[in-house]
Amino acid sequence: MQYQSQAVAKPYFIAAIGLFIGQILFGLVMGLQYVMGDFLFPEIPFNVARMVHTNLLIVWLLFGFMGSAYYLVPEESETELHSPKLALALFWIFLVAGALTVLGYLLVPYAGLAKMTGNDLLPTMGREFLEQPTITKVGIVIVALGFLFNIGMTILKGRKTSVSLVLLIGLVGLAVMFLFSFYNPVNLVKDKFFWWWTVHLWVEGVWELIMASILAFVLIKITGVDREVIEKWLYVIIAMALITGIIGTGHHYYWIGTPEYWQWWGSVFSAMEPIPFFMMTVFAFNMVNRRRRNHPNKAAMLWALGTAVMAFLGAGVWGFLHTLAPVNYYTHGTQITAAHGHMAFYGAYVMIVLTMISYAMPMMRGRAAANSEKSQVLEMWSFWLMTVSIVFITLFLTAAGVLQVWLQRYSDAPQAFMVVQDKIALFYWMRETAGVIFLIGLVLYVMSFFVGSKDPEAVQV
Amino acid sequence: MSGTFTKSMARNIFYGGSAFFVLLFLALSFDTTQALPKRDNRDAITPQVALGKKVWEENNCIGCHTLLGEGAYFAPELGNVYTRRGPDFIKTWLKIQPTGTPGRRQMPQFNLNDEELDAIVAFLKYSSEINAAKWPPNIEG
Repeated sequence: MQYQSQAVAKPYFIAAIGLFIGQILFGLVMGLQYVMGDFLFPEIPFNVARMVHTNLLIVWLLFGFMGSAYYLVPEESETELHSPKLALALFWIFLVAGALTVLGYLLVPYAGLAKMTGNDLLPTMGREFLEQPTITKVGIVIVALGFLFNIGMTILKGRKTSVSLVLLIGLVGLAVMFLFSFYNPVNLVKDKFFWWWTVHLWVEGVWELIMASILAFVLIKITGVDREVIEKWLYVIIAMALITGIIGTGHHYYWIGTPEYWQWWGSVFSAMEPIPFFMMTVFAFNMVNRRRRNHPNKAAMLWALGTAVMAFLGAGVWGFLHTLAPVNYYTHGTQITAAHGHMAFYGAYVMIVLTMISYAMPMMRGRAAANSEKSQVLEMWSFWLMTVSIVFITLFLTAAGVLQVWLQRYSDAPQAFMVVQDKIALFYWMRETAGVIFLIGLVLYVMSFFVGSKDPEAVQV
Repeated sequence: MSGTFTKSMARNIFYGGSAFFVLLFLALSFDTTQALPKRDNRDAITPQVALGKKVWEENNCIGCHTLLGEGAYFAPELGNVYTRRGPDFIKTWLKIQPTGTPGRRQMPQFNLNDEELDAIVAFLKYSSEINAAKWPPNIEG
């Protein structure tokens, strides 16, 4: 760790991992409810479990992004963070607000939570992924502003690199696009149209900038390849991400009441969305092959290569699978979407945060560069268990989705939703099994922070 | 990448390309808002429909169901439930939940009053009449 203030990233990463565990536990609850419908009912109805599952994911990824920025920016800017105190204060505000919101979901019926938090004043609740009470949303904006101020001031006073600049553009974009979550007209079509400005332009837009810049940073550090080369790749990748991804929003505008020309715009541009992810894979492997040093942190390198591959598979290939309008006509809102969602989020965003944690955490815990051999081996086991599990979760959901499309949408005698769900239950059971293995992988991941921490550091080979 | 393609060229492609496509997206979005009145069934939006949307949102219906294909995939599509089931079925269904059938997926009891029940039906009727380009493919949603 080159700058003392980088240490503020540590609580962010710890919170991220803690919330990650919660996310997976609720995922397992939902997976079981798919096949044992009355499991934990009425204590935790499915909609509550899902809200907790998705919201925890978003919040822990935000913790991960913020922690990554706090670690990355001082080092790139070659100066201490503008205000470590502010960063720490915002950490606690965000954590407490997040915890209260999740407790609200779990302890109060949602309608009661809406009443308690004054949803009438500015109704923004009850929309997928944006279920947070309006007051929580305001809190998120305040935290984001304070965070951007802190990061922005640090970049301003120090060295300005392409990596930190791209990260900053991504983070500003994240904050700006979130503002659309406050726009909730009664007109359902307009509501949905602008809801995607937050949701799509986050995950298929500005978040890709955040991901690419973190990946670039870690690759510079662990491969020792010339910064100029890496930053050139970075710009080409994010250029392709926005060139394809912005108009690619159109693939959400096929069937929600928007004009039908979106079927053309959406299909053509979103069909190109895999390109930046493919480039990211080529980029990561290329840089590792051209490495000028053998960094002792092999686990971090595994995560960096893994995120590039899995983002391409999950976001790129599985996105392409159902993005063309004539295909999407049948797959829209089926388990195919769920399959894509799981591998894309894991591959692109979970793994990039874990890459950064893997790289930075050893230094923040007093190591010179890497953990001991023993703890890295355990971490790499967790990598494979979680990654293989998510591949199987995705394959089982895809199989369920194909059958669902066939039985419910495509065949000559379409069957009712619940009739079809019963017929594909086998795949939900297999998905749940894969989910349990994922949890085991996550347990090993947490253990890797404690096992072998007394052993000597792994050395360069 | 070869030496003739420099970092500043890559940077310019990023800024230029992004700016161009942001503007194109804004232009298409503007055109969409102009075209929407003919498709989005806005004439049918009454105070009752507005109340229905509020009831829909404040009970987190999207946490299990899809609406025009968006939401959770745990329970049936409701964008066309008005056509599939009709108003009386919807109201009765909401009143008799949860079924309590062992092992079956359960829907909570939301304790809606008659005004709210009528409003949710009005909202679902309005939703079913949005021109969604012939989606869903059939009545089962």
